[in-house]
Amino acid sequence: MIEIVSASRCIECDICVKVCPANVFDAVPDSAPIIARQDDCQTCYLCEIYCPVDALYVAHRAEGHFPITEAEVEERNLFGSYARALGWKRGKAGGTEHDPTHRIRVAAV
Amino acid sequence: MSRPPFPTLPEKSETTVRPGKGLTFWPITGERMSSDRVKSTGNDPLHLQADVLVLGGGPSGAWAALAAAEDGARVVLADKGYLGTSGATAPSNTGTWCVPPGENRGQAVERRWQRTGGLADQRWMLRCVDQAYENLVKLSEWGYLFPHEDDGRLYIANLRGPDYMRFMRRRVLKAGVTVLDHHPALELLSNGDAITGASGVDRQRNRDWSVEAKAVVLATGGCAFHERILGATGLTGDGYLMAAEAGAHLSGMEFTGKYTLAPYETSLNKGLPYRWATFYREDGSPLLDANGEQVSNGIGEREKDIAKALIDGPVFARLDHAEPALQDWLRRGQPNCFVPHDRAGIDPFKDLFRITLRAEGTVRGTGGIMLATVDCGTGVPGLYVAGDAASRENMTGAVSGGGAVNSSWAIASGWWSGKGASTYARKSARKAFRSISKPLGEAGLRPAGNARADLRTAQIIEAVRAEVIPLEKNYFRDGTTLHTSSERLESLWNDVRQHLHTEGVDRVRSREAASITASARWSLASALARSESRGMHRRADRPGSDPAFARRILVSGVDAVRIGEAQISREGIAS
Ligand SMILES: Cc1cc2nc3c(=O)[nH]c(=O)nc-3n(C[C@H](O)[C@H](O)[C@H](O)COP(=O)(O)OP(=O)(O)OC[C@H]3O[C@@H](n4cnc5c(N)ncnc54)[C@H](O)[C@@H]3O)c2cc1C
Ligand code: SF4
Ligand code: SF4
Repeated sequence: MIEIVSASRCIECDICVKVCPANVFDAVPDSAPIIARQDDCQTCYLCEIYCPVDALYVAHRAEGHFPITEAEVEERNLFGSYARALGWKRGKAGGTEHDPTHRIRVAAV
Repeated sequence: MSRPPFPTLPEKSETTVRPGKGLTFWPITGERMSSDRVKSTGNDPLHLQADVLVLGGGPSGAWAALAAAEDGARVVLADKGYLGTSGATAPSNTGTWCVPPGENRGQAVERRWQRTGGLADQRWMLRCVDQAYENLVKLSEWGYLFPHEDDGRLYIANLRGPDYMRFMRRRVLKAGVTVLDHHPALELLSNGDAITGASGVDRQRNRDWSVEAKAVVLATGGCAFHERILGATGLTGDGYLMAAEAGAHLSGMEFTGKYTLAPYETSLNKGLPYRWATFYREDGSPLLDANGEQVSNGIGEREKDIAKALIDGPVFARLDHAEPALQDWLRRGQPNCFVPHDRAGIDPFKDLFRITLRAEGTVRGTGGIMLATVDCGTGVPGLYVAGDAASRENMTGAVSGGGAVNSSWAIASGWWSGKGASTYARKSARKAFRSISKPLGEAGLRPAGNARADLRTAQIIEAVRAEVIPLEKNYFRDGTTLHTSSERLESLWNDVRQHLHTEGVDRVRSREAASITASARWSLASALARSESRGMHRRADRPGSDPAFARRILVSGVDAVRIGEAQISREGIAS
């Protein structure tokens, strides 16, 4: 589930508030959004890739809270790691033309 | 293909919120409303008129909106979440069932039909592959970037979920559709003869909305019974309940026995990597099947052995059959499958990791609203259905359509339902908006008895889950257990129907609880009626398929559940 909104990285654009399909965040005037309904998070990682500054971190545990510090996420270079794997940058989509999934499907049969 | 344009609406004031097709807004008081007020954050209800209202913003809803808009209809699309990230496709990487036109397509359909437990209909399968192919080509023409194969040809049989749905959002907005994000629908409206719209709540502003429409498309997806799988947060069977309240039938609701492997406690229900897995017990010893052979390839026949082992205790996996080149393709092609491992500090090609089987309800199951007409009508005038909200038995029978068929079905049925709805809207243009509409929602909105404050939606959902999620009850079924579960659900339903009541935004949750309970009830009733085993419906007390059951099980009714059946047409089976 979503664990971190990094106040030091966040530019307060509120995109995550808009795009989260589970309506997990609440916007806060002149501040970073807050995680208002953590238990509703569906662990889809999509807020991470839409965030223009990689300020969000979703932990892999989908059932229940998974405590982790911002320092650890930073240290392990996990902020924005899913966006990088897809080829999305600064909240902008990209990378579908390099998707090698067709090779996997051939190998799977 | 020139069609008569939609007549413009008389009387009402016009305020265009988006360039393109004008949408009419008017306040409940009947006075003119400025666009500023429409966008205001106050609690005044939002009231709109449209030709076609699409409920749901997954791929089927997006295609429905595009098809209707292309026809000249004024379209509103309301999604519970956000068109672009909501639904089962957005977080995933979806393979489509992509069959190019030509002589071989008959064979491809025939081959696939052989796997459907005899319940699919080849006519629907053929028209689906044709329509899906046409629309996939459209996507490429519109600028979606597909990868190339080694010979330089475009590979259009795979869509990357986040990119695909973001692309569809742009397209839908460009077509002039009014998109209402975070606007869950709570109920349909009817004038007694036909569906005339829907209403719900804007959950970010806590204000009610209603859209009067000449036709409504239900594209609300399946019901995953609140399982924590990718994209399922909003997939609670709301469309099933709304359709049943309007008098529509459901079909194939017994086919909810589909589960997919995922790393333990994660949301990643994507089976593909397990094609290259071997499986182990907690003590590290290999998991053996009945013949003493080690279980590997978890996406085929061996799934049953894994399910059995998971009932006994923890099971672990390792993707040790993946060659280095494949490891690279898997990592780059299915990156979200590796996100949980990377974050947990596990190398799934070398390390053992604990796994689970995630229940997928009707999302990768096949049940849903019965299709009554080729344009995806439900049999209720003005009500259309698309994607996972519809039964996919025509396409995939008793087996899962996940992995290819479902996404092509979402594209094709979305398209047909949008066309069907806009054609209906055009025909009913003169009669529309004159009659008094009445809301149809009951359970979770208007209790039949006294409201009980102690009745919590979370507890209701947990109680339903206890009957429809455990492997020993729902993966492996038997008549006695189904019967006991069914009785428990009857009593839960009674609580919901009689006493569940909430206000404001909380109505979304109570309506979800009602829809989940109703869907489970229909599923169990259908599973009891199908007194045999077929596809994902596995009954230990009735092993083997019975030719007498090569037919559909229909279910209808909200308070009193009725079971019916339908033969599959001969033409569908022949050829
Ligand atoms: C992990 C995963 C991987 C998959 N991979 C494949 C694959 O490779 N190939 C394949 O063919 N299929 C695959 N599927 C299935 C495929 O994703 C679905 O068939 C497809 O998403 C169905 O599209 P849809 O638009 O009907 O429903 P969805 O995409 O589920 O969208 C339903 C929408 O309805 C909205 N909604 C629900 N209730 C309401 C309400 N009350 N009011 C307003 N809106 C509402 C939801 O917010 C959601 O946006 C996969 C499914 C999962 C879960
Ligand atoms: S999307 Fe990122 S930058 Fe924008 S508000 Fe959310 S966390 Fe902050
Ligand atoms: S992971 Fe998905 S559901 Fe959770 S906060 Fe991010 S976008 Fe929302």
